[in-house]
Amino acid sequence: MYTQSFSVPDNAGQKSARTPSTENPELMAAFDARIDADGRIEPQDWMPEAYRKTLVRQISQHAHSEIVGMLPEGNWISRAPSLKRKAILIAKVQDEGGHGLYLYSAAETLGTSRDQMLEGLHSGKAKYSSIFNYPTLNWADVGVIGWLVDGAAIMNQIPLCRCSYGPYARAMVRVCKEESFHQRQGYEALLVMMQGTEAQRAMVQDAVNRLWWKCLAMFGPPDADSPNSAQGMRWGIKRISNDELRQKFIDATVPQAKVLGVTLPDPDLKWNEERQHHDYGQIDWQEFWNTVEGNGPCNKERLATRVKAHNDGQWVRDAALAYTRKQQQRAQKEAA
Amino acid sequence: MNTPALNEWPLWEIFVRSKQGLEHKHCGSLHAADAAQALHMARDVYTRRQEGVSIWVLPSAAITASNPDDKGELFDPAADKIYRHPTFYEIPEEVGHM
Ligand SMILES: [Fe+2]
Ligand SMILES: [Fe+2]
Repeated sequence: MYTQSFSVPDNAGQKSARTPSTENPELMAAFDARIDADGRIEPQDWMPEAYRKTLVRQISQHAHSEIVGMLPEGNWISRAPSLKRKAILIAKVQDEGGHGLYLYSAAETLGTSRDQMLEGLHSGKAKYSSIFNYPTLNWADVGVIGWLVDGAAIMNQIPLCRCSYGPYARAMVRVCKEESFHQRQGYEALLVMMQGTEAQRAMVQDAVNRLWWKCLAMFGPPDADSPNSAQGMRWGIKRISNDELRQKFIDATVPQAKVLGVTLPDPDLKWNEERQHHDYGQIDWQEFWNTVEGNGPCNKERLATRVKAHNDGQWVRDAALAYTRKQQQRAQKEAA
Repeated sequence: MNTPALNEWPLWEIFVRSKQGLEHKHCGSLHAADAAQALHMARDVYTRRQEGVSIWVLPSAAITASNPDDKGELFDPAADKIYRHPTFYEIPEEVGHM
């Protein structure tokens, strides 16, 4: 997973990145021409500062989301209902860790360091997908995360495989290959629960009720309120608009919900013959922004868990470096 | 390699041979304290689904890359040497495949 629309500024007070007129017009023209020809930009190529900044912000937020996304599901590894489900969940959470790594590596090619990015996350300066600031209350939440949260992430990530920045696009190809298992395992876990007792079916419905609207918000604010989107489109970073992706997700999910036997909690959700799409109700954007700004139910807990894990691992990182240096010194002495 | 001055583990480029008989292909990078650890982590990160039968790790700092500004100078001279391609030569049809 997991991008929400990463047009979310890390610092809400900051002005959005505009192409500064200070760039060399010749280089700028060559860059624009390459973008217009649907060419790719590689790390050593010249690029406008605003393009670099936008990518660093988006890719690092995406990476943070993969890493923080390990926490709500990780909580269920020790409580998975069977050895099979436990093995599956471990594999999925491990994948998400890998996704974080691919993305951090892609961002590092733009000249930012891993430590800088981690500092941004741990200090609370950098954002991550707000979906992970909600609790996972019962086992069905794990299934719904796979089905809907990973499902929404896949919708978002497939167009990113064609992103104009080469390393980001390549990372996304790798990520997308692994995501399909995430969605399928979640959906299948829910199918099994729906064949169980009345109480189990109620758990699934409860999880869907709590997470549905949050998943729709993952696609980011409506196009009309996404001032950075147009620039992202111009640069080939974003290929499909927030509202278009959201619509695609809803249209794909409705029949899946029917097969599963759950109701999507939106009284306004219905097929519109004229549009050939589903109409849907109002998303609570105030709640979304409130969570992005740090006031969701789990923001503090997630960040604290992440920081603690990092700090608790410091001695391992130190020990590995100390060992390497010792080995190098020994080798030098032997060579002398 | 020099002793890293930073706290951060150095960066390594990872190459994976997907199948016996094929070449190693660049697949990404990661941070590790030393080569042995880089290999170990590359296995965990890049070959969780049998994507490989062999891994190379290489310190990123050891790579010398061509400068994109020299692209014209380096690669354009090959553009007009079409006689280096087999399709440049016309051979009578009755000769058959050559
Ligand atoms: Fe992921
Ligand atoms: Fe995932």
